[in-house]
Amino acid sequence: MIQDHRRATNGIRHHCARLPGAPLLAAWLVVLWGLVSFAAELPPLVRNAEQERIRVIAKAKATAVCIFARGGHGGGSGVLISPDGFALTNYHVVKPAGNYMKCGMDDGKLYDAVLVGLDPTGDVALIKLLGRTDFPHATLTDSNRVRSGDWCFAVGNPFLLATDFQPTVTYGIVSGIHRYQPPAGTLLEYTDCIQTDASINPGNSGGPLFNAAGELIGVNGRGSFEKRGRVNVGVGYAISSNQLRNFLGYLKSGRIVDHATLGATVATSDDGRVVVSNILDSSDAYRRGLRYGDEIVAFSGRTINTVNEFKNVLGIYPKGWSVPLEYRRDGQEFEVVVRLMGVHSRRELLRKIQGPTAEQPQPNPAPKKPAPNQPDAPKRQPLPAPQIPAPQKLPPEITTLVQPREGYANYFFNLENQKRIWAANVQHGDFSNTKGQWLFSGALKAGGEFQIALEDSRLLAQFPSGPALVDTTLDLDQQTDPEDSGGLLAALHLWRRLLTSGPDKFGEMFYLGTAPTPSQPGLFDVLVGTYDVIQETRFLFDTANGKLVGMEMALNDDIDRCDITFSDFNMYKGLQIPHKIEVRHGSQLFATLEVTNFEIKSPTVKKP
Amino acid sequence: MSRLLALVNSRYATGICRPIRIVLPAILLFSWLCAPSDLPADDSYAQTISAVQPKMVKIYGAGGIRGLEAYQSGLIISEKGHVLTVWSYVLDTEDVAVVLNDGRKFQAQLTGADPRLGIAILKIDLTETPHFARQASAEPEPGDRILAFSNLYGVATGNEPASVLHGTIAARTQLAARRGAFNTTYKGPVFILDAMTNNPGAAGGALTDHQGNLIGLLGKELRNAENEIWLNYAIPIAVLANSIDDLIAGRTPSQSSNADRKKPAQALNPTLLGFVLVPDVLDKTPAFVDNVRKGSVAEQMQLQPDDLILFANERLASTCKQLIEELSFIDRIDPVTLTIQRGQNLIDITLQIP
Repeated sequence: MIQDHRRATNGIRHHCARLPGAPLLAAWLVVLWGLVSFAAELPPLVRNAEQERIRVIAKAKATAVCIFARGGHGGGSGVLISPDGFALTNYHVVKPAGNYMKCGMDDGKLYDAVLVGLDPTGDVALIKLLGRTDFPHATLTDSNRVRSGDWCFAVGNPFLLATDFQPTVTYGIVSGIHRYQPPAGTLLEYTDCIQTDASINPGNSGGPLFNAAGELIGVNGRGSFEKRGRVNVGVGYAISSNQLRNFLGYLKSGRIVDHATLGATVATSDDGRVVVSNILDSSDAYRRGLRYGDEIVAFSGRTINTVNEFKNVLGIYPKGWSVPLEYRRDGQEFEVVVRLMGVHSRRELLRKIQGPTAEQPQPNPAPKKPAPNQPDAPKRQPLPAPQIPAPQKLPPEITTLVQPREGYANYFFNLENQKRIWAANVQHGDFSNTKGQWLFSGALKAGGEFQIALEDSRLLAQFPSGPALVDTTLDLDQQTDPEDSGGLLAALHLWRRLLTSGPDKFGEMFYLGTAPTPSQPGLFDVLVGTYDVIQETRFLFDTANGKLVGMEMALNDDIDRCDITFSDFNMYKGLQIPHKIEVRHGSQLFATLEVTNFEIKSPTVKKP
Repeated sequence: MSRLLALVNSRYATGICRPIRIVLPAILLFSWLCAPSDLPADDSYAQTISAVQPKMVKIYGAGGIRGLEAYQSGLIISEKGHVLTVWSYVLDTEDVAVVLNDGRKFQAQLTGADPRLGIAILKIDLTETPHFARQASAEPEPGDRILAFSNLYGVATGNEPASVLHGTIAARTQLAARRGAFNTTYKGPVFILDAMTNNPGAAGGALTDHQGNLIGLLGKELRNAENEIWLNYAIPIAVLANSIDDLIAGRTPSQSSNADRKKPAQALNPTLLGFVLVPDVLDKTPAFVDNVRKGSVAEQMQLQPDDLILFANERLASTCKQLIEELSFIDRIDPVTLTIQRGQNLIDITLQIP
């Protein structure tokens, strides 16, 4: 504004010098100066807009985090998303920092932070800042509402300038949406990302991209550079807030989380359709009927016209999520819900993030001098962060918050969540002393009556279709009774075992994070247990009250899951007992059990 | 918000400086009063961009090796499917593909080129398509807001829209002012931009004002040989308009039909003139001079190896085949003027066999 004013007055001087006659010149000057001053008074609309922008930036800036790895080993940026200190950043920023780092903020203070969760494929990490419960934090908004041309701004720590902890703000527009930037190997893939011309430089990695209202639309982490050297050339990419929202619940579990694959690859056919070019017969998609040559019509509610559109949808979901899929074969359309497989095996993912592979970011925190004509320069890399591992000796006050364990970024947070969920669940009934026989009876919604008796050694049931029996002293994975249920009795056995034994004694158990289930809307806290030969049983807890409201169990790899929904809870001797039990096998409803009588036989209480 | 501010800034700056000879006070007052009411209800450029994107295309052709991208950008300049782009090696193939904003793919024909301006017009089989107006509505000035549309880095494929960058015109100047620093044959006026518009693949993209009106063509990548700084610039559409019109209308000498021309009994050829072209191994092998025979007329007129022949008697002859064909229409006793590119300069050389 000041420059414009100056330019304007210079222009007047320049022109006036050519006007004939000194008196006239003087008169002109007086009039013009008055008008210039008048013009310099901005209209309220403009002034208000400017003030609003200042306010929005100030508020947003307070949520940015400048991350410094200990020992001067580089760093990057982050953004707080909760008052208790959870902050998002890039995987490639925290990798060299290890499990503990220092974070500077706009308030001029330096905070300790610990690593919480990692998503190496999506280049995301979750950390937790310590010392406050009232951190200013950003709100993740719906990135599908972002449009090309919207104003946006990035906040962060470019070139690690923020030695005074004051983050840098760069303003720009959204240059493109739903961009796909391929991975290096299988890590650091940017799908459905937001492209911006706001300056994104090394050190901005992990920092927030806000819309003009100061809502968080993405986390910056990548740019296109090629022969221009590793400084901003107007092409930065941010991981979309919708992808971050999908992964956030998983990241809070303290795990190293994996991305999803359909278990099928797709390609563009000669006539421009997106068709299945390969499919694993072990995938859920195959079980749901998808076959080689089928045309993908829509995926997770988004129409699919190109392979990139398919990859964009796939990339925003974690392993194990269920999403709707529409496909077409011979003119007929099919709508199914498929559970997505993991991109990596557990071992494979660990190996990739531990070993010095080509998939690691470039070990150079400083921008290189632009090298002339680098034909082999890698394209579209994540912004660099140093690779020197930080020493892992932790300050005493941090030690309790860091718990290394294979497969986890920080097992401490997994345990904390297990405890949290179980403590909430026990509020709905302490089943620890109910190890006698559990008896259910009632009617099937479809007609007929049922009885179920659960005890430690055997499981009995009577359905209109006939009796059912499971001997729990034998391997459970082949005992699928009742027929076509996917193993309802075995599932109820595991349900009873969890309630009576608790997560500590159930078997191997971990907290998965929050995830959806095909049979109920919303997200659920999920505990995953391994018991006997059954590798994975998911127990779904209401995130609001901790009540166990569902479970998903696959007896073995060759059989569809048995999905159970528990509802209509009624009190029985201080215990919340579900009186409606919906059972699905694969995509089919097996039965809805309406419980009219529930009873726990002796002994209900064992006294020492 | 900043768009809003910029609008007003721009009005003040230009409103005070320019029309002083007329009624400056009235203009000042008018611009102050009008500025707020002109502001769009939606502060985003989204609507403008949505309207422009159907006019943008992605172009794929030769290249793909040694740091030469096999793609560039283009914009639709007529309702009949004429595409304006930069004249470059990407077009050195019979197989130039143009992909529209909606993902439709077309084989393109080269309608014509103007190497002096560094532009080419392609034609795709399309009618009644959204297109840019060829005349700028008003001459943009330094300080004006711009949007730059291009497929830089090949970020967009298929039906994905072009990338959009924003910025302002920093200066309007002559590219010739940097003679020697920039390796370019074009030496006319350019807008220098404060946005990183000229990235790989961006050449041929559209520079628009903030309302989406075409004001320039993003030029080829240029790096200052002395300081290695890349130049972000665009050629004003006003400079290109006449040439574009001529190329579309087929009015340039290079586009006149061969039907009315007769080949002489004894025509010119490179051997007679005393030079050898590089081996013709591609669809469109550029007409580079490989060798000049000693004592020949070519040597006397200082034709040199590595000269790239673009025109023969003002007819496009930029490939080995085209040049030999063009020479075959010229009687050996007549002079021929070859327009050659030597480094960054275009030079005319007239050869006549004694």
